[in-house]
Amino acid sequence: MFNKSVLGFLLTVCITYTSALYFHIGETERKCFIEEIPDETMVVGKYKVELFDRQQNMYVPTRGGLGMHVEIRDPDDSMIISRVQVFDMNIGDFVHTAPGPLGMHVQIRDPKGSTIMSRTYAAEGRFTFTSHSAGEHVICLHSNSSAWFGGGQLRVHLDIQVGEHANDYQQIAAKDKLTELQLRVRQLLDQVEQITKEQNYQRYREERFRQTSESTNQRVLWWSIGQTVILLLTGFWQMKHLKSFFEAKKLV
Amino acid sequence: MARIVTGSLPLLGILLVVTLTMVRAGELTFELPDNERMCFHEIIEKNVKCTLEFQVITGGNYDVDMELTGPSGRNLYKDTKKQYDSVTWTTDENGEYRFCFSNEFSTFTHKIIYFDFQVGDEPPLDGFDVDAHATAMTQMESSAVTIHEGLKIVIDYQTHHRLRETQGRAFAEDLNERVQLWSIGQSVVILLVGIGQIIILRSFFTDKRPYSSIKT
Repeated sequence: MFNKSVLGFLLTVCITYTSALYFHIGETERKCFIEEIPDETMVVGKYKVELFDRQQNMYVPTRGGLGMHVEIRDPDDSMIISRVQVFDMNIGDFVHTAPGPLGMHVQIRDPKGSTIMSRTYAAEGRFTFTSHSAGEHVICLHSNSSAWFGGGQLRVHLDIQVGEHANDYQQIAAKDKLTELQLRVRQLLDQVEQITKEQNYQRYREERFRQTSESTNQRVLWWSIGQTVILLLTGFWQMKHLKSFFEAKKLV
Repeated sequence: MARIVTGSLPLLGILLVVTLTMVRAGELTFELPDNERMCFHEIIEKNVKCTLEFQVITGGNYDVDMELTGPSGRNLYKDTKKQYDSVTWTTDENGEYRFCFSNEFSTFTHKIIYFDFQVGDEPPLDGFDVDAHATAMTQMESSAVTIHEGLKIVIDYQTHHRLRETQGRAFAEDLNERVQLWSIGQSVVILLVGIGQIIILRSFFTDKRPYSSIKT
């Protein structure tokens, strides 16, 4: 029991110590990140939000005030099963959580722009989703504070890992009881799978590029012909109209 | 197994802290609107090798200003209107390192920027076994490590290839749209000019005063 609480404490220290990359946004501002990924790729995002305290003149963790709202969209409008977990200090681990009163709104849109997931969560946690279609997924964040404009500054720590980087190998080793070599081979398999998916997606993108170029070619061709025809027709119409006009005026 | 784990708990804890704080690698792609500046910060320890590379994917002349500052406001890198660059440095003090992308010189083009920030070396795969490499690695294990390094390079090249391809494709799609719009616009202009010419010419010959210049 003592050991478990020690582990919990250390994990707490670890999680709070791992301040990943962070940036500042206003309370009412919105920030978006783009992930261009092939399909069936897992994306794990870890975040932490801190509010600027004017009295202490530093950033402090928010206390049940601000949190995060996650929204992911899918092209076929189907719900992606995603998990958002919040770090629970008592248990010392990430847990599923019900939506809180105020949150950081994270919106994830898939390539066609439709929403996959949309929920509100607390100030610190992580969200996971697996893409069902290849393309540009957009992850947007903003806090759902009730201020209309201005408001305080927020510090958002964000860490997004895609595909093979999202796997926690220590956990996998513990679960499947793998030796180090087996774990290494498992990692290599994951990497190769990621490379294969990316190559496949590359083929599809290249085809789209080629279609766009061919479409441009067609358009240039047909519009050139079309504009020449319009020009000639306009010329003929002008001459005909002028001739009949001058004949009416008895000038010709 | 459980006894070993609980026995080495403090060590595990320390290792976990050290591991997690030692290594971070993050890549992000975001849109930078015109006349704006976006900064990212990270707190890094001393003597850590860091690499930051960035690339502009779409927007205008594909250029952005980048500035990298250390903890005491010391400027480590500053360059303007770069399309792609990579900075490697070893930190010589603890503190908050900051890099900022600026699109303030642009009046209306939004830029999409990709950056990859690598802090420290890759952690050992299995963080539990501290003494795993007290014995020399077998050939199998070292081959596996070599393959892993090779695959990492492949993934890195793939990422760069993807970025270049996105750049080209975005431009081609933009070109496609512009050809359509400008062609429609030009056709409309031709018609308007043609009709306008006739109308103006007619107005020359229809004065209020009766005027005849019939030559017989």
